[in-house]
Amino acid sequence: MSLLTARDVTLSFGSTPALRGADLTVGAGEIVAIMGPSGSGKSTLLHCLAGILVPDQGEIMYDGRRIDTLGETGRSELRRDSFGFVFQFGQLVPELTAEENVALPLLLNGVRRARAIREAREWFPRVGLDGLGHRRTGELSGGQAQRVALARGLVARPRVLFADEPTGSLDSLTGEQVMDLLVESARGEGTTVVVVTHEPRVAAYADREVIVRDGLVHDMAGTAAS
Amino acid sequence: MTVPLTLLGLLEREPSHGYDLKRDYDAYFGRSKPLSYGQVYSTLSRLSRDGKVVMDEVGPGEGPDRKRYVITDAGATEVEAWLTEPVEPEPHLQTVLFAKVTLALMLDRSAQAYLDRQRTTHMRRMRELTEIKRSGSLVDALLADHGLFHLEADLRWIDLTASRLDALANEVRR
Repeated sequence: MSLLTARDVTLSFGSTPALRGADLTVGAGEIVAIMGPSGSGKSTLLHCLAGILVPDQGEIMYDGRRIDTLGETGRSELRRDSFGFVFQFGQLVPELTAEENVALPLLLNGVRRARAIREAREWFPRVGLDGLGHRRTGELSGGQAQRVALARGLVARPRVLFADEPTGSLDSLTGEQVMDLLVESARGEGTTVVVVTHEPRVAAYADREVIVRDGLVHDMAGTAAS
Repeated sequence: MTVPLTLLGLLEREPSHGYDLKRDYDAYFGRSKPLSYGQVYSTLSRLSRDGKVVMDEVGPGEGPDRKRYVITDAGATEVEAWLTEPVEPEPHLQTVLFAKVTLALMLDRSAQAYLDRQRTTHMRRMRELTEIKRSGSLVDALLADHGLFHLEADLRWIDLTASRLDALANEVRR
Protein backbone atom coordinates (compact mmCIF):
# COMPACT_ATOMS: atom_id res chain seq x y z
CA MET A 1 0.00 0.00 0.00
CA SER A 2 1.45 3.35 -0.98
CA LEU A 3 2.13 5.80 1.83
CA LEU A 4 3.86 8.57 -0.07
CA THR A 5 3.42 9.60 -3.69
CA ALA A 6 4.82 12.29 -5.96
CA ARG A 7 2.77 12.74 -9.11
CA ASP A 8 4.04 14.74 -12.09
CA VAL A 9 5.99 17.08 -9.82
CA THR A 10 7.64 20.12 -11.39
CA LEU A 11 9.82 22.62 -9.57
CA SER A 12 12.19 25.29 -10.84
CA PHE A 13 14.64 27.49 -9.00
CA GLY A 14 14.39 30.75 -10.94
CA SER A 15 14.78 29.76 -14.57
CA THR A 16 16.56 26.50 -13.68
CA PRO A 17 14.26 23.47 -13.69
CA ALA A 18 15.09 20.94 -10.94
CA LEU A 19 12.14 18.56 -11.39
CA ARG A 20 10.32 18.18 -14.70
CA GLY A 21 7.40 15.88 -13.97
CA ALA A 22 8.76 13.50 -11.35
CA ASP A 23 6.69 10.49 -10.26
CA LEU A 24 7.46 8.26 -7.29
CA THR A 25 5.42 5.93 -5.10
CA VAL A 26 6.75 4.68 -1.77
CA GLY A 27 4.99 1.85 0.03
CA ALA A 28 4.40 1.76 3.79
CA GLY A 29 7.41 0.21 5.51
CA GLU A 30 9.48 0.33 2.34
CA ILE A 31 13.07 1.56 2.18
CA VAL A 32 13.67 3.36 -1.11
CA ALA A 33 16.96 4.83 -2.31
CA ILE A 34 16.91 7.87 -4.60
CA MET A 35 20.09 7.95 -6.66
CA GLY A 36 21.34 10.16 -9.45
CA PRO A 37 24.18 12.44 -10.48
CA SER A 38 24.87 15.74 -8.74
CA GLY A 39 22.32 18.35 -9.73
CA SER A 40 19.85 15.76 -11.04
CA GLY A 41 17.12 16.87 -8.62
CA LYS A 42 17.25 14.00 -6.12
CA SER A 43 17.49 16.17 -3.00
CA THR A 44 14.83 18.50 -4.38
CA LEU A 45 12.53 15.51 -4.79
CA LEU A 46 13.18 14.46 -1.18
CA HIS A 47 12.42 17.99 0.02
CA CYS A 48 9.12 17.98 -1.94
CA LEU A 49 8.14 14.56 -0.55
CA ALA A 50 8.92 15.79 2.97
CA GLY A 51 6.86 18.96 2.67
CA ILE A 52 9.91 21.21 2.93
CA LEU A 53 9.55 22.53 -0.61
CA VAL A 54 6.26 23.10 -2.45
CA PRO A 55 6.19 22.00 -6.11
CA ASP A 56 5.26 24.49 -8.84
CA GLN A 57 2.97 21.82 -10.30
CA GLY A 58 1.94 18.28 -9.51
CA GLU A 59 0.84 16.61 -6.29
CA ILE A 60 2.43 15.15 -3.18
CA MET A 61 0.18 12.66 -1.38
CA TYR A 62 0.91 11.38 2.12
CA ASP A 63 -1.32 8.78 3.73
CA GLY A 64 -4.18 9.49 1.33
CA ARG A 65 -4.16 13.29 1.47
CA ARG A 66 -2.47 16.04 -0.48
CA ILE A 67 0.24 17.81 1.44
CA ASP A 68 1.49 20.21 -1.23
CA THR A 69 -1.66 22.31 -0.83
CA LEU A 70 -1.16 22.70 2.92
CA GLY A 71 0.12 26.04 4.22
CA GLU A 72 3.48 26.38 5.94
CA THR A 73 1.91 25.71 9.35
CA GLY A 74 0.18 22.55 8.18
CA ARG A 75 3.34 21.21 6.54
CA SER A 76 5.39 22.15 9.57
CA GLU A 77 3.00 20.19 11.84
CA LEU A 78 3.17 17.22 9.49
CA ARG A 79 6.97 17.24 9.50
CA ARG A 80 6.99 17.46 13.28
CA ASP A 81 4.35 14.75 13.88
CA SER A 82 5.00 12.23 11.14
CA PHE A 83 8.43 12.71 9.60
CA GLY A 84 12.01 12.34 10.83
CA PHE A 85 15.14 13.68 9.17
CA VAL A 86 18.82 12.81 8.93
CA PHE A 87 21.12 15.04 6.92
CA GLN A 88 24.66 14.64 5.63
CA PHE A 89 26.40 16.63 8.34
CA GLY A 90 24.12 15.71 11.22
CA GLN A 91 23.19 19.34 11.83
CA LEU A 92 23.17 18.88 15.57
CA VAL A 93 22.72 21.93 17.79
CA PRO A 94 26.22 22.61 19.19
CA GLU A 95 24.98 24.35 22.36
CA LEU A 96 23.09 21.21 23.46
CA THR A 97 24.32 17.87 24.72
CA ALA A 98 23.92 14.76 22.58
CA GLU A 99 20.86 13.59 24.53
CA GLU A 100 19.26 17.04 24.41
CA ASN A 101 19.73 16.94 20.64
CA VAL A 102 18.00 13.58 20.45
CA ALA A 103 15.19 14.84 22.71
CA LEU A 104 14.52 17.89 20.50
CA PRO A 105 11.76 16.40 18.30
CA LEU A 106 9.93 15.21 21.42
CA LEU A 107 10.25 18.62 23.09
CA LEU A 108 8.92 20.27 19.93
CA ASN A 109 5.99 17.84 20.07
CA GLY A 110 5.13 19.09 23.57
CA VAL A 111 6.55 16.15 25.52
CA ARG A 112 7.68 17.22 29.00
CA ARG A 113 11.42 17.66 29.33
CA ALA A 114 12.06 14.89 31.89
CA ARG A 115 10.20 12.34 29.79
CA ALA A 116 11.78 13.55 26.54
CA ILE A 117 15.27 13.18 28.02
CA ARG A 118 14.40 9.74 29.40
CA GLU A 119 13.15 8.54 26.00
CA ALA A 120 16.17 10.08 24.27
CA ARG A 121 18.54 8.24 26.63
CA GLU A 122 17.01 4.91 25.65
CA TRP A 123 18.38 5.42 22.15
CA PHE A 124 22.03 5.71 23.15
CA PRO A 125 22.70 2.00 23.76
CA ARG A 126 20.72 1.18 20.61
CA VAL A 127 23.03 3.28 18.46
CA GLY A 128 26.19 2.12 20.24
CA LEU A 129 26.74 5.35 22.19
CA ASP A 130 26.01 4.16 25.72
CA GLY A 131 27.28 6.72 28.23
CA LEU A 132 27.92 9.50 25.70
CA GLY A 133 24.60 11.31 26.11
CA HIS A 134 26.09 14.12 28.19
CA ARG A 135 28.75 15.04 25.66
CA ARG A 136 28.50 18.22 23.64
CA THR A 137 28.36 17.61 19.93
CA GLY A 138 31.87 19.05 19.49
CA GLU A 139 33.19 16.20 21.65
CA LEU A 140 31.82 13.53 19.29
CA SER A 141 33.49 11.99 16.24
CA GLY A 142 31.77 12.32 12.85
CA GLY A 143 30.38 8.80 13.09
CA GLN A 144 29.15 9.32 16.65
CA ALA A 145 27.49 12.61 15.70
CA GLN A 146 25.74 10.95 12.77
CA ARG A 147 24.45 8.20 15.05
CA VAL A 148 23.10 10.90 17.38
CA ALA A 149 21.43 12.48 14.32
CA LEU A 150 19.92 9.10 13.44
CA ALA A 151 18.56 8.67 16.97
CA ARG A 152 17.12 12.19 16.76
CA GLY A 153 15.48 11.31 13.43
CA LEU A 154 13.80 8.24 14.91
CA VAL A 155 13.09 9.21 18.55
CA ALA A 156 9.59 10.54 17.87
CA ARG A 157 8.75 7.29 16.01
CA PRO A 158 8.04 8.99 12.67
CA ARG A 159 6.15 7.08 10.00
CA VAL A 160 8.66 8.26 7.41
CA LEU A 161 12.38 8.92 7.85
CA PHE A 162 13.99 11.12 5.21
CA ALA A 163 17.76 10.74 4.97
CA ASP A 164 19.79 12.97 2.64
CA GLU A 165 23.27 11.51 2.06
CA PRO A 166 23.33 10.18 5.65
CA THR A 167 26.81 8.69 5.24
CA GLY A 168 28.22 11.32 2.90
CA SER A 169 30.68 12.71 5.43
CA LEU A 170 31.78 9.36 6.87
CA ASP A 171 34.43 6.79 5.96
CA SER A 172 33.27 3.43 4.52
CA LEU A 173 33.18 1.43 7.74
CA THR A 174 31.51 4.15 9.82
CA GLY A 175 29.04 4.77 7.01
CA GLU A 176 28.13 1.11 6.98
CA GLN A 177 27.60 1.09 10.73
CA VAL A 178 25.22 4.04 10.36
CA MET A 179 23.32 2.34 7.51
CA ASP A 180 23.13 -0.92 9.48
CA LEU A 181 21.60 0.98 12.38
CA LEU A 182 19.29 2.96 10.15
CA VAL A 183 17.91 -0.14 8.43
CA GLU A 184 17.70 -2.17 11.63
CA SER A 185 15.90 0.61 13.51
CA ALA A 186 13.55 1.35 10.62
CA ARG A 187 12.66 -2.33 10.20
CA GLY A 188 12.16 -2.66 13.96
CA GLU A 189 9.82 0.31 14.10
CA GLY A 190 8.12 -0.30 10.73
CA THR A 191 9.37 3.10 9.57
CA THR A 192 9.26 3.96 5.89
CA VAL A 193 12.60 5.35 4.69
CA VAL A 194 13.46 7.57 1.75
CA VAL A 195 17.22 7.87 1.43
CA VAL A 196 19.02 10.09 -1.07
CA THR A 197 22.49 8.86 -1.91
CA HIS A 198 24.99 8.82 -4.75
CA GLU A 199 26.73 5.77 -3.27
CA PRO A 200 25.66 2.34 -4.60
CA ARG A 201 26.88 0.69 -1.38
CA VAL A 202 24.42 2.82 0.60
CA ALA A 203 21.60 2.26 -1.88
CA ALA A 204 22.17 -1.50 -1.59
CA TYR A 205 20.68 -1.33 1.93
CA ALA A 206 17.34 -0.25 0.44
CA ASP A 207 14.57 -2.51 -0.87
CA ARG A 208 14.81 -0.81 -4.26
CA GLU A 209 16.36 2.18 -5.94
CA VAL A 210 15.17 4.82 -8.37
CA ILE A 211 17.34 7.15 -10.42
CA VAL A 212 16.65 10.84 -10.85
CA ARG A 213 18.02 12.02 -14.16
CA ASP A 214 17.37 15.48 -15.57
CA GLY A 215 14.51 16.03 -13.15
CA LEU A 216 12.67 12.81 -13.98
CA VAL A 217 12.43 9.65 -11.91
CA HIS A 218 13.44 6.42 -13.59
CA ASP A 219 12.09 3.48 -11.65
CA MET A 220 14.68 0.75 -12.11
CA ALA A 221 12.31 -2.06 -11.14
CA GLY A 222 11.08 -2.40 -14.71
CA THR A 223 14.48 -2.36 -16.36
CA ALA A 224 15.96 -5.62 -15.11
CA ALA A 225 16.07 -8.61 -17.38
CA SER A 226 14.13 -11.47 -15.87
CA MET B 1 32.47 -15.42 -26.10
CA THR B 2 32.85 -11.71 -26.72
CA VAL B 3 34.89 -11.96 -29.94
CA PRO B 4 32.32 -13.81 -32.12
CA LEU B 5 29.47 -11.59 -30.93
CA THR B 6 31.50 -8.44 -31.39
CA LEU B 7 32.44 -9.47 -34.94
CA LEU B 8 28.77 -10.24 -35.61
CA GLY B 9 27.87 -6.80 -34.30
CA LEU B 10 30.39 -5.19 -36.64
CA LEU B 11 28.89 -7.18 -39.49
CA GLU B 12 25.42 -5.94 -38.63
CA ARG B 13 26.73 -2.45 -39.17
CA GLU B 14 27.77 -3.37 -42.70
CA PRO B 15 28.94 -6.43 -44.66
CA SER B 16 32.73 -6.60 -44.43
CA HIS B 17 35.84 -8.44 -45.50
CA GLY B 18 37.83 -10.25 -42.84
CA TYR B 19 40.63 -7.74 -43.17
CA ASP B 20 38.31 -4.78 -42.54
CA LEU B 21 36.70 -6.60 -39.60
CA LYS B 22 40.07 -7.15 -37.95
CA ARG B 23 41.01 -3.51 -38.48
CA ASP B 24 37.76 -2.25 -36.89
CA TYR B 25 37.87 -4.79 -34.07
CA ASP B 26 41.44 -3.84 -33.19
CA ALA B 27 40.65 -0.12 -33.40
CA TYR B 28 37.76 -0.27 -30.94
CA PHE B 29 37.92 -3.48 -28.93
CA GLY B 30 41.38 -5.00 -29.30
CA ARG B 31 43.75 -2.21 -28.40
CA SER B 32 45.56 -4.21 -25.77
CA LYS B 33 45.03 -7.54 -27.50
CA PRO B 34 44.62 -7.36 -31.30
CA LEU B 35 43.04 -10.33 -33.09
CA SER B 36 45.20 -12.54 -35.25
CA TYR B 37 44.03 -13.11 -38.82
CA GLY B 38 43.76 -16.79 -37.97
CA GLN B 39 41.36 -16.01 -35.14
CA VAL B 40 39.27 -13.73 -37.37
CA TYR B 41 38.86 -16.30 -40.15
CA SER B 42 38.33 -19.27 -37.84
CA THR B 43 35.64 -17.29 -35.99
CA LEU B 44 33.99 -16.27 -39.26
CA SER B 45 34.13 -19.87 -40.42
CA ARG B 46 32.31 -21.04 -37.26
CA LEU B 47 29.75 -18.25 -37.59
CA SER B 48 29.18 -19.32 -41.19
CA ARG B 49 28.82 -22.99 -40.20
CA ASP B 50 26.25 -21.97 -37.55
CA GLY B 51 24.23 -19.92 -40.05
CA LYS B 52 25.01 -16.55 -38.43
CA VAL B 53 26.82 -15.17 -41.49
CA VAL B 54 26.98 -15.96 -45.21
CA MET B 55 29.64 -15.09 -47.76
CA ASP B 56 29.27 -13.26 -51.00
CA GLU B 57 31.98 -12.80 -53.57
CA VAL B 58 32.79 -9.25 -54.45
CA GLY B 59 35.94 -7.40 -55.25
CA PRO B 60 38.63 -7.07 -52.60
CA GLY B 61 38.28 -4.45 -49.86
CA GLU B 62 41.30 -2.76 -48.42
CA GLY B 63 42.94 -6.16 -47.99
CA PRO B 64 43.54 -9.00 -50.43
CA ASP B 65 40.52 -11.19 -49.62
CA ARG B 66 37.59 -11.33 -52.04
CA LYS B 67 35.07 -12.88 -49.70
CA ARG B 68 32.74 -10.51 -47.95
CA TYR B 69 30.74 -11.63 -44.93
CA VAL B 70 27.07 -10.68 -44.47
CA ILE B 71 25.12 -11.18 -41.25
CA THR B 72 22.00 -13.37 -41.46
CA ASP B 73 18.69 -12.86 -39.62
CA ALA B 74 19.80 -15.51 -37.12
CA GLY B 75 23.04 -13.60 -36.54
CA ALA B 76 21.22 -10.29 -36.12
CA THR B 77 18.84 -11.90 -33.62
CA GLU B 78 21.81 -13.11 -31.62
CA VAL B 79 23.39 -9.64 -31.59
CA GLU B 80 20.08 -8.13 -30.51
CA ALA B 81 19.73 -10.61 -27.63
CA TRP B 82 23.33 -10.11 -26.53
CA LEU B 83 23.12 -6.32 -26.50
CA THR B 84 19.86 -6.41 -24.55
CA GLU B 85 20.88 -8.86 -21.83
CA PRO B 86 22.76 -7.58 -18.81
CA VAL B 87 25.68 -9.82 -17.93
CA GLU B 88 26.08 -11.62 -14.63
CA PRO B 89 27.62 -9.16 -12.19
CA GLU B 90 31.10 -10.43 -11.43
CA PRO B 91 34.52 -8.83 -11.23
CA HIS B 92 36.48 -7.81 -14.33
CA LEU B 93 33.56 -7.08 -16.66
CA GLN B 94 35.09 -3.99 -18.15
CA THR B 95 35.78 -5.51 -21.58
CA VAL B 96 32.32 -6.90 -22.15
CA LEU B 97 30.49 -3.84 -20.75
CA PHE B 98 32.57 -1.60 -22.99
CA ALA B 99 31.96 -3.79 -26.05
CA LYS B 100 28.20 -3.78 -25.51
CA VAL B 101 27.96 -0.02 -25.04
CA THR B 102 30.17 0.79 -28.01
CA LEU B 103 28.43 -1.64 -30.34
CA ALA B 104 24.98 -0.47 -29.22
CA LEU B 105 25.96 3.10 -30.18
CA MET B 106 27.45 1.98 -33.51
CA LEU B 107 24.19 0.22 -34.31
CA ASP B 108 21.96 3.12 -33.20
CA ARG B 109 20.52 1.13 -30.32
CA SER B 110 19.81 2.56 -26.89
CA ALA B 111 23.02 2.20 -24.91
CA GLN B 112 21.26 4.06 -22.08
CA ALA B 113 18.60 1.34 -21.81
CA TYR B 114 21.30 -1.33 -21.72
CA LEU B 115 23.24 0.56 -19.02
CA ASP B 116 20.05 0.92 -16.95
CA ARG B 117 19.42 -2.83 -17.15
CA GLN B 118 23.03 -3.54 -16.24
CA ARG B 119 22.87 -1.09 -13.33
CA THR B 120 19.72 -2.81 -12.02
CA THR B 121 21.36 -6.23 -12.29
CA HIS B 122 24.41 -4.95 -10.45
CA MET B 123 22.31 -3.30 -7.73
CA ARG B 124 20.33 -6.50 -7.23
CA ARG B 125 23.57 -8.39 -6.65
CA MET B 126 24.81 -5.65 -4.31
CA ARG B 127 21.63 -5.98 -2.25
CA GLU B 128 22.18 -9.74 -2.00
CA LEU B 129 25.79 -9.24 -0.88
CA THR B 130 24.74 -6.53 1.60
CA GLU B 131 22.21 -8.92 3.13
CA ILE B 132 24.91 -11.62 3.40
CA LYS B 133 27.12 -9.09 5.14
CA ARG B 134 24.41 -8.08 7.58
CA SER B 135 23.42 -11.60 8.50
CA GLY B 136 26.68 -13.53 8.16
CA SER B 137 30.02 -13.84 9.93
CA LEU B 138 32.93 -11.43 9.58
CA VAL B 139 34.49 -13.79 7.03
CA ASP B 140 31.27 -13.70 5.00
CA ALA B 141 31.27 -9.92 5.34
CA LEU B 142 34.85 -9.58 4.06
CA LEU B 143 34.15 -11.80 1.06
CA ALA B 144 30.95 -9.90 0.35
CA ASP B 145 32.87 -6.62 0.64
CA HIS B 146 35.32 -7.75 -2.02
CA GLY B 147 32.43 -8.35 -4.40
CA LEU B 148 30.71 -5.11 -3.40
CA PHE B 149 33.76 -2.95 -4.10
CA HIS B 150 34.22 -4.49 -7.57
CA LEU B 151 30.54 -4.05 -8.40
CA GLU B 152 30.73 -0.48 -7.17
CA ALA B 153 33.67 0.17 -9.49
CA ASP B 154 31.60 -1.15 -12.41
CA LEU B 155 28.69 1.06 -11.37
CA ARG B 156 30.90 4.13 -11.24
CA TRP B 157 32.04 3.31 -14.76
CA ILE B 158 28.40 2.78 -15.82
CA ASP B 159 27.41 6.19 -14.39
CA LEU B 160 30.33 7.98 -15.99
CA THR B 161 29.71 6.29 -19.34
CA ALA B 162 25.99 7.10 -19.16
CA SER B 163 26.87 10.77 -18.83
CA ARG B 164 29.19 10.57 -21.87
CA LEU B 165 26.99 8.59 -24.27
CA ASP B 166 26.41 11.47 -26.67
CA ALA B 167 30.13 12.18 -26.99
CA LEU B 168 30.93 8.48 -27.35
CA ALA B 169 28.25 8.09 -30.03
CA ASN B 170 29.83 10.91 -32.01
CA GLU B 171 33.19 9.18 -31.81
CA VAL B 172 32.11 5.68 -32.86
CA ARG B 173 29.33 6.33 -35.38
CA ARG B 174 30.23 6.80 -39.00
